[in-house]
Amino acid sequence: MLAREVIEDLIKVLGKENVLTEQEDLLTYAYDATAAMKHHKPGVVVSPLNVEQVAEVVKIANRYKIPVYPRGSGTNLSGGTIPSEDSIVLSMLNLNKILEVDHDNLTATVQPGVIIQDLNNAVQQFGLIYPPDPGTVTTATMGGSVSECSGGLRGLKYGVTKHYIMGLQVVLANGEVIRWGGKTVKNVTGYDLVALFTGAEGTLGIITEILVKLIPAPEARKSIMAVFDDVDKAGKAIASIIRNKIIPATLEIMDKVTIQTVEHFVHAGLPLNAEAVLLIEVDGYKEVVEREAVLVEQILKEEQAADVKIAKDDKERDLLWLARRSALPALAQKRPTTVLEDATVPRSKIPDMIKAIRKIADKHKLNIATFGHAGDGNLHPTILTDERDLDEMKRVHLAVDEIFQTAISLGGTLSGEHGIGVAKMKYLDWEFGEAGVALLRSMKEALDPNYVLNPGKIVRRD
Amino acid sequence: MSVYNSLDSITEELHKCMKCGNCMAVCPIYKETRQEVAVARGKISLVEFLLSGEAEMTQGLAERFSLCTTCMACNNNCPCGVRFDKIILAARAEAVRKKGLHPVKKIAFTALKMQRMFDFGMKTGSMFQGVALKHVPHKSDRIARMRFDIGIGTDKVFPMLASKTLRSEFPEVVKVEKPKMRVAFFTGCMINYFYTDIGKAVVEVLKENDIEVVIPKGQGCCGIPASVNGDVASASALAKRNLRAFEKLGADALVVACSSGGTAWKHVFGELLDNDPQFKALADKWAGKSYDISEFLIHKVPFKKEGLGRVNRKVTYHDPCHLNRGQGINKEPREILKSIPGVELIEMKEPGRCCGMAGSFSLVHPDLSVQISDRKTADIELTHTDTVATGCPACRLQLKSGVENAGINEEVVHTVQILAESYRAGKKK
Repeated sequence: MLAREVIEDLIKVLGKENVLTEQEDLLTYAYDATAAMKHHKPGVVVSPLNVEQVAEVVKIANRYKIPVYPRGSGTNLSGGTIPSEDSIVLSMLNLNKILEVDHDNLTATVQPGVIIQDLNNAVQQFGLIYPPDPGTVTTATMGGSVSECSGGLRGLKYGVTKHYIMGLQVVLANGEVIRWGGKTVKNVTGYDLVALFTGAEGTLGIITEILVKLIPAPEARKSIMAVFDDVDKAGKAIASIIRNKIIPATLEIMDKVTIQTVEHFVHAGLPLNAEAVLLIEVDGYKEVVEREAVLVEQILKEEQAADVKIAKDDKERDLLWLARRSALPALAQKRPTTVLEDATVPRSKIPDMIKAIRKIADKHKLNIATFGHAGDGNLHPTILTDERDLDEMKRVHLAVDEIFQTAISLGGTLSGEHGIGVAKMKYLDWEFGEAGVALLRSMKEALDPNYVLNPGKIVRRD
Repeated sequence: MSVYNSLDSITEELHKCMKCGNCMAVCPIYKETRQEVAVARGKISLVEFLLSGEAEMTQGLAERFSLCTTCMACNNNCPCGVRFDKIILAARAEAVRKKGLHPVKKIAFTALKMQRMFDFGMKTGSMFQGVALKHVPHKSDRIARMRFDIGIGTDKVFPMLASKTLRSEFPEVVKVEKPKMRVAFFTGCMINYFYTDIGKAVVEVLKENDIEVVIPKGQGCCGIPASVNGDVASASALAKRNLRAFEKLGADALVVACSSGGTAWKHVFGELLDNDPQFKALADKWAGKSYDISEFLIHKVPFKKEGLGRVNRKVTYHDPCHLNRGQGINKEPREILKSIPGVELIEMKEPGRCCGMAGSFSLVHPDLSVQISDRKTADIELTHTDTVATGCPACRLQLKSGVENAGINEEVVHTVQILAESYRAGKKK
């Protein structure tokens, strides 16, 4: 239980209606979208209405040394928003205004509680887009996706969240408010703190305002599906497309297990005997798209695709992408627990990674499906299991360890887009070594000496 | 096992949920409160904590379970196909088993069961409603506002009780020459006591299509207000009464003009009476021949197109949740409207978004209900129409209250009323 005076101080700042203290409400903030994680009920949930209130909450937390867990929609997949017992959950959802769309400078300024899709809807009338499109684009908040540096399907051509963040307003652990960056394309004033706070998972400061870069919406797009009877051939095709100087907006892969599961689920016409399917979308000016689609088709055939299909109209396109979008939900239907990882390798290593994952699955007698963003090397090995089966869960943990070892040995990284959170903290020294982990810790301590901001994530306190 | 009998009936539904939170994109309550407990994922977690013993069934928990309009938008948006409507009904039934029914609801549902008393009360009410309700002058609707606040504010616009109930205005069997078919009409309470104009339009349209209409006097409340609030005993009693009343008179088909009534006959009666083989068989038999009026006129009869007269209306159509997502009926009402000469159908932005009425939800959570309604009203205003058509009397009440309070000049009617109007216009020529 949190001390009464803490709750009273919070109510003084936020008003009773923005402070939740009843068990029935607190329990619904004990988890996020990450599977097979322990949940913890916070002591209080507060929903500030402005940056001043956020700063006051952080000051109260510091005064009583109580951890603060900032939270948007709670859709992340690394346990990044799971609080500790008796902590303060800071819900940013009431800070949900789009403050400005500046179509002369191609920027937008938003509060952290704005839903990503709502920003896109607002800039659509100017013919602009905000490209980062994680799978949760209709539910996730800007604050959450900046803090996790979300990726999505268009990473290959358009990059990820960090490539679109130009400025931030941040509440520091001591309650001070800073602004960094701005509307200028060029800005080398001081350390690049915008880059530091983007992807910091709320462990260094609390983002209260975001200035993003917008780009012109592509005029046309075309989708292509290619079927392969061999993962290596699919891998070569990926490399060949890029080598030929074509950068598709999206280049996705699904392995055999995924294809079979998805096809039974949505009947999109995927070939059940295929070893791999590539889904490709090129976008841009109409003329360019026409030319690139033909080139991609030609390359796929040269690389011995068993079948290549270009979507003739929006209906066919939607069916192709329905198959891809259904991958995770279809897999999730098979077993009660779905452990979704995001180990990432250089794109040339995709076939090696897929084969290694299959070996790991066989070795530990597990059902692992792999799909993901082949174009940027970001794979989603998905383990279908049941967290009530303790023996199987032991094997799941061993398999996860080996998947990460493999990713790092292939020159890759632990996390492409889900973040470290609690889920991957223990693997950090494999990638950074002891010195790297120590540096992370000293940066955390420099900015948040009392460990009040989202403690227990990324950096372990000794 | 039915969702009304045990929480065990929904464990598979709970397992399906992977907590992705996609329900947040469409939940009308969550969009207003932005609190996790409002959305399906939050309440699913609460049920899981209840089953694991981490939470107890408290009055507070029962109140959280009341935060759902059962609009089923989350069902449709769920990548894993979780039927949250089943989960919430099971959770509410469990709450009633453990904590009892809210005393006000207990009195209300008991009254619904005592048909003659209820009828008498409503008739007396129609004479004395002026004591509590202040009539709002209006050209087409008999509407009023509360004179004093009983906890739901005084802004809400209500329909006035009809001076004569629908069922007292018709004989039990409405004959036609050379009947093509004999169809039973389940009126539901709102059409019987308030919106008798909808009921009259149903009878008029059916007669126009040479159909004999049977309106059993013994019919009563559909029981949905009780079943969605977890009062399984009252709902089952009402289901049996209705089945007996309709079985006694018999018919080739049954029609309703109310989305709750349709849901009741097609799905809920059978689920409620799952443990009673005799009544379950009867419920299944009637479920197989129950139709929403628009569904009936498109698929069962094909309604007469000749004789349709001109009706000059700009119409926008609101999809009632339990007709659209509940019964999959959304094309049929539009098809009827489009076939009427002079009717211009202009779609609003999100016609399938819940209006926020949800029966007793609007009484238990009046502020939220109005917030949800305001979004609907704003969407309606943008269509620049003069008429809102819908397929549910409860939605009609909510939509009317919304446009009236926003000062928008818009008539709100049931689709079948416009069709009746068209037949009438066809005769005048």
